[in-house]
Amino acid sequence: MYGVFYFAAGMNEKTLVSPERMPLLLERLCLLFLERHTKPEEVAVVALQPRGVAFGVAWIHVLKDKFGVNIPDFGKLDITFHRDDYRKRDELDVPAETVMPFLVEKRHVLMLDDVLYTGRSVRAGLDAILSFGRPASLELMVLIERRFSRELPIEAHYVGERVDALSNQKVRVLWQPEPRVVLFNTTRSA
Amino acid sequence: MSALSVPHLLGIRPLTADDIQLILSTARQFKEVLQRPIKKVPSLREITVANLFFENSTRTRISFELAEKRLSADVINFSASGSSLAKGETLLDTANNILAMKVDLIVMRHPHVGACHFLASRLKNYPLSAHARIVNAGDGTHEHPTQALLDAYSILEKFGNLTGLRVAIIGDILHSRVALSNIFLLRKLGAEVQLCGPPSLIPKGIEALGVSISHNLINTLSWCDVANVLRIQLERQKAGYFPSLREYARYFGINRQVLDRLSKSITIMHPGPINRGVEITAECADSEHSIILEQVQNGVAVRMAILYLLAGKADFAD
Repeated sequence: MYGVFYFAAGMNEKTLVSPERMPLLLERLCLLFLERHTKPEEVAVVALQPRGVAFGVAWIHVLKDKFGVNIPDFGKLDITFHRDDYRKRDELDVPAETVMPFLVEKRHVLMLDDVLYTGRSVRAGLDAILSFGRPASLELMVLIERRFSRELPIEAHYVGERVDALSNQKVRVLWQPEPRVVLFNTTRSA
Repeated sequence: MSALSVPHLLGIRPLTADDIQLILSTARQFKEVLQRPIKKVPSLREITVANLFFENSTRTRISFELAEKRLSADVINFSASGSSLAKGETLLDTANNILAMKVDLIVMRHPHVGACHFLASRLKNYPLSAHARIVNAGDGTHEHPTQALLDAYSILEKFGNLTGLRVAIIGDILHSRVALSNIFLLRKLGAEVQLCGPPSLIPKGIEALGVSISHNLINTLSWCDVANVLRIQLERQKAGYFPSLREYARYFGINRQVLDRLSKSITIMHPGPINRGVEITAECADSEHSIILEQVQNGVAVRMAILYLLAGKADFAD
């Protein structure tokens, strides 16, 4: 995980969400979701690779354990080929696995990612999901929203926590050894 | 690692094992894209690709064109018949003209060995096209790197690993660019390779590439896990490399009787086009042993991966 790497480099870090608060955030996201959906088990959940998947797995686990709701259709979607910064970065992204064992045609779809920042990953995710059909509706759930930093007109339906961070800071959701969200400075300025 | 070590795909020989692994793992993700209801991604939408085919081709040309369109590239097709080449234009002049039109990627098949290397060496003379990337789609009897990559992908899909796998290449090795690229690739990934064919169609000294040689089909088939059967070009018989097609089919053709004599099941590949009844019978080509159509299907994914990785090299500068 990136987070582990940055810690090893001795960066200054600050905890935004402690391990104690993390389950509360996940439970609250479940409640918000259940409030809007009368048939939650019929919603297709699609998590964005790579970090949205870890969040998706944890969230679905809470949904089942605490609320008894089972989500049969859980997809992992890689957005590398849909990004708008291909050929504009020094290094090419290595695509991760896409596992979408269902179509989204006429389905209610929930897209998950861990951090909403510029909105560009979500835009690529929207583009990628539409390759699997035309959903009846598409919602976005994020664990963390970085405020005032959107580069595209994109907002989430469900937000675990809103945080403020400078452009030279990174927000990382870590799941190991225990779940938490940290903020740390990078040497790179925006 | 997320970038190829080479600016162009001129052959398998210049690639590292890491390059090959990167292409094959990227191809796996593109194969998933090809299963979607909408099989198109926008990656290459700002790229123009010229397909220059100075020699006949069906599946390679269609496969490249499909790969380019699936990646949203703009595509220009050029084939030698119906072009100014028929009026006596040289490769240099044709290439100069196409390069002057500012294309980003060039996929080229040419009957002469080294044509792609030649084109690559000319790029710097054209500021508008100096950034262009070249993909060799077969140059004479030299290399056909995308075929070798899709062969390797198909083998990996079936066996999961190439290290220690025994692959036989059977037929006209002397004139085959597929054989040469396959030998380079399989050896780089740790497979064992045996060549089988009449002595007149096996080049002298090819053992130096780390392959073994056999002139006995049954021995080779008993040894191998995978048999890659090459096309016998009919014009070779006229040139006297073997007495008759019938004799070739009898000694080196794959048929049901030959396969039944083996104590194990082997996988059969063929780069196409097949001469049914010469190097392989129709029954064997269409049998459960054959992965010939999987090869064609995988070709699109592998070519998408190559184009994606080459075009993605940042700012195209060397």
